[in-house]
Amino acid sequence: MQGSLIKLSGVCCSYQTPERETDAVRDLSFSVDEGEFVAIVGPSGCGKTTVLSLIMGLMQPSSGSITVRDGSKCGYMLQRDSLLGWRSVRKNALLALEVTHAVTPEGEAKVDALIKRCGLSDFAGSRPAQLSGGMRQKVALIRTLSTDPDLLLLDEPFSALDYQTRLTLSDEVYSLIKSCGKTAILVTHDISEAVSMADRVLVFSNRPATLRYETQIYEGRANSPLERRNQAWFSSYFSDIWEELQA
Amino acid sequence: MSSGMSIQRQRYLGRRKRYGAAVTITQLLLLVLSLALWELLTDIGVIDSFIMSSPSRVAATIFRLLADGSLFLHIGVTLLETVLGFVIGVVIGAIIAVVLWWLPFVGRVLDPYLVVLNALPKIALGPILIVWTGAGMKSIVVMAVLVSFVVTAVTVLNGFMTVDPDMLFLMRTLKASRFQTFVRVVLPASIPDMVAALKISVGMSWVGVIVGEYLVSKAGLGYLIVYGGQVFKLDLVMTGVVILCILAGLMYFGVAAIERRVVGELTHGR
Repeated sequence: MQGSLIKLSGVCCSYQTPERETDAVRDLSFSVDEGEFVAIVGPSGCGKTTVLSLIMGLMQPSSGSITVRDGSKCGYMLQRDSLLGWRSVRKNALLALEVTHAVTPEGEAKVDALIKRCGLSDFAGSRPAQLSGGMRQKVALIRTLSTDPDLLLLDEPFSALDYQTRLTLSDEVYSLIKSCGKTAILVTHDISEAVSMADRVLVFSNRPATLRYETQIYEGRANSPLERRNQAWFSSYFSDIWEELQA
Repeated sequence: MSSGMSIQRQRYLGRRKRYGAAVTITQLLLLVLSLALWELLTDIGVIDSFIMSSPSRVAATIFRLLADGSLFLHIGVTLLETVLGFVIGVVIGAIIAVVLWWLPFVGRVLDPYLVVLNALPKIALGPILIVWTGAGMKSIVVMAVLVSFVVTAVTVLNGFMTVDPDMLFLMRTLKASRFQTFVRVVLPASIPDMVAALKISVGMSWVGVIVGEYLVSKAGLGYLIVYGGQVFKLDLVMTGVVILCILAGLMYFGVAAIERRVVGELTHGR
């Protein structure tokens, strides 16, 4: 680990709607090291997504500071794949590059390699409608990875999928992210998903979100998410986090 | 070819095919029977063919108009006016929709005006148009444009505004410009709405043109109908209506065929 890639200190954020002012985040501080995989769990509607929007720069904090290491880029992956139905799988994967005016032969080769790696080569010319939910989410991940972001923000990327797909896909996504050496922040409400994938788990309180508990998963490094689920230590992490969420 | 299919599959396909054929045959039969009934009732004098005309008299009128060459003149004039009104109306309507999407403030400001303009029976503006643009083809085309552009603008704008918010958020996370968002997401996502707008404005252009021809014209199907009514030649009126039915139907099916292709291409094609 070569120091923190992103650092939040004393971040507060509230957002305005015509009906009310919502206090989404209060005095939140944490940092993420390069190459680290951090999971954020918390009750639903606790402002986890707001934190990702803040890091992404789509929202500004009301106070506090967010420092991203100079020159690093963020990539966002959403719960819904939002693939464009009128584009082929390959054209969808190239969308992020197109928007950043970076469709170069190397960029295309990289996307093609990722498509191959995800076992989607046969579907490169197909429309998203012909793909299963898990495959679609993989295309969304390729789209996110295509611009070579330093930090991946994963906003409940598996929660719209059925259980079996969720387990296998989290395994694949994990190995892809680790092999690319990416730093990632995963937001989820699924405790076992967090424990099975992350190096460190942050537990958020109810809204306004603040850091309530954090735990390193030291034992996990050697195992894939699926393997972790069978380890003896898995359930003790699970129950620790569970209790923090209940408190 | 059917060797690989199960008996059930073959039966199912056969049933489907027969059902479709039955619908088509019944549709044609309905047309032939109503024409025959019309002819029969006027022949035996149950209804007056002077007032109701009859299929044979309509056919005779068509041949007479064909012979003196005025049939294609009338059809041509009306068709030209309709196509002009339709194309100009759609282009203006689409441009307005794009502007109102692009500038949300302007969109908010103009919203009530658009609503009133949409609700207003544009035909009420006929007399003003004649004064402004003169009694000629120009005012008829303007009428057709007037009738079709508002509904186009409203329908297309509605398509733009109902694009999946997740897709817009995706473009925000990619730091896309408004132009990129429009070209890559909003426009293609709204194509089904735009084709629907075409379908509506085809019908609207016909309404505008015929009403325009009622008010001012020297030729055209609307002129034929109004003239026939004034000189009590109901054959002429019915002939005009019948030709209008055929033309409007053809134009509508043309647009519907385009719709099927475009929408199919968007979702399933390669």
